[in-house]
Amino acid sequence: MTPVCYAARVPAAGPLPNSETPRHAAVVRVTHWLTVISFFALLISGAEIVISHPRFYWGEVGNVRTTPLFTLPIPASRDTVPTGYGNVLPDQNGWSRYLHFQAAWLVVVTGLVYAISSLWSGHFRKDLFPAPADRKWRAFREVMAKYLRRAPPDEAEAHSYNVIQRTAYVIVVFVLFPLVIWTGLAMSPAFVSAVPAAVTLLGGRQSARTLHFFVSVFLVLFLVVHVGMVVLAGFRNRMRAMITGRAVVATERTLERT
Amino acid sequence: MNPISRRKLITTGLAAGAGVAGLSVAARVAEHYGLIPPDHGGIYGPGETLTYAAQRLLTTHSLAREFPRGMISKTPFANETPPANDSFKRHQASGFSDWRLVVDGMVARPASLSLSDLKSLPFRSQITEVACEEGWSYIAEWIGTPLIEVMNTVELLPQARYVAYFSIDTNWWESIDMADALHPQTLLTWGMNDGDLPVSFGGPLRMRVPRQLGYKSVKYVTRLTVTDTLKHFGKGLGSASPEGGYAWYAGI
Repeated sequence: MTPVCYAARVPAAGPLPNSETPRHAAVVRVTHWLTVISFFALLISGAEIVISHPRFYWGEVGNVRTTPLFTLPIPASRDTVPTGYGNVLPDQNGWSRYLHFQAAWLVVVTGLVYAISSLWSGHFRKDLFPAPADRKWRAFREVMAKYLRRAPPDEAEAHSYNVIQRTAYVIVVFVLFPLVIWTGLAMSPAFVSAVPAAVTLLGGRQSARTLHFFVSVFLVLFLVVHVGMVVLAGFRNRMRAMITGRAVVATERTLERT
Repeated sequence: MNPISRRKLITTGLAAGAGVAGLSVAARVAEHYGLIPPDHGGIYGPGETLTYAAQRLLTTHSLAREFPRGMISKTPFANETPPANDSFKRHQASGFSDWRLVVDGMVARPASLSLSDLKSLPFRSQITEVACEEGWSYIAEWIGTPLIEVMNTVELLPQARYVAYFSIDTNWWESIDMADALHPQTLLTWGMNDGDLPVSFGGPLRMRVPRQLGYKSVKYVTRLTVTDTLKHFGKGLGSASPEGGYAWYAGI
């Protein structure tokens, strides 16, 4: 049963055949799926809200009588907005706004739980921040070359993330999510009455709205790549890892059994 | 049953009991301090309640941003308004000389004020932004009588908790809590950018609530009712907005 040709490559003290290796801690898994739920709620409701005024401006003010920075090429759900389309879409803003702000609370509370527990457990340090040796272009290029060759992940990647994955997650966790929350709060007239700098630092209310839109676009781009990579890496196994916390690790020893 | 599972059962039971008791205590405390919005029911109730409670704790006395005169929008957008009813057209034909603001409810001295009565009270002007829930905005100078001046004239009863306000368009009414009603920037507005408030922007009288979205700034206000509960107004959700699917509290 054991193919002799591989025997020499079997590490002396490798993991047990077909070993199920812990990949994601419970907090990471629960907060991941809560974030998925709230992100989709925010995305759908946010798109509905944008449809009521698919024009974007820069600075403090902007309305249908001022020149937009850009306009999305879609019909609007308000007949006061000149879109060039003959039809007016149905108004979905009521429930969309209720859902948007409720989901925003869920994602903020989830993010706080994730951040505090990750600081506590060392998840950021161990799993997300690139190791000092990897903080070089060379490390990025090597990982990218591996992706382009469609080389199978090595054993370290079965337990952990490579430098490109780490960088992507660091940007999402420490840049995009904080920015999308900040730009969202900057549009709250009551919040900025208490914290005016939240909006003035961004250059005004309409700048905050435009930035909120672009950060959301970047989050969607991340989502597309993220799901794409999960599919390439093995959808069932990766989903299993994020649901049960365990992944089947295809080491050389398990490969020889298959 | 082995001892460990019994211990687990007891601790789980205690934790669940404490959780339920804690939540009900929290709800009563929040109700006492006015942190529960009238549209707190339904699936979006938790989010609305969190937003309203958090902002009431954070923003009770905060002031909406005011802008320098140079930032007044040259192209303000009035938004569309429902077609004027016959009553409004009559007022418009007579130059709004008979326009009255009725103030009733939990006040010691109910009143019916003409526009000149209102203008004889201390007034102020402020340059604030109107932000619509759709996303657009403009800045204008608003001149009017602070609602608190009217409240002082009619003398609030101690149990007052909300002020409901009604447009001449009977489908349009809103309400605010006392934090907003007694806020210095909440203005019964009759002037805009150094002139009379144009009809398209809500003239002759518009309630401006600059710490909330535009839809709380009701146009053509004819009546204020001070109350301790909003249960008996409309469907009991606080204002026309939640009845149309929009949040009662629009500070976001």
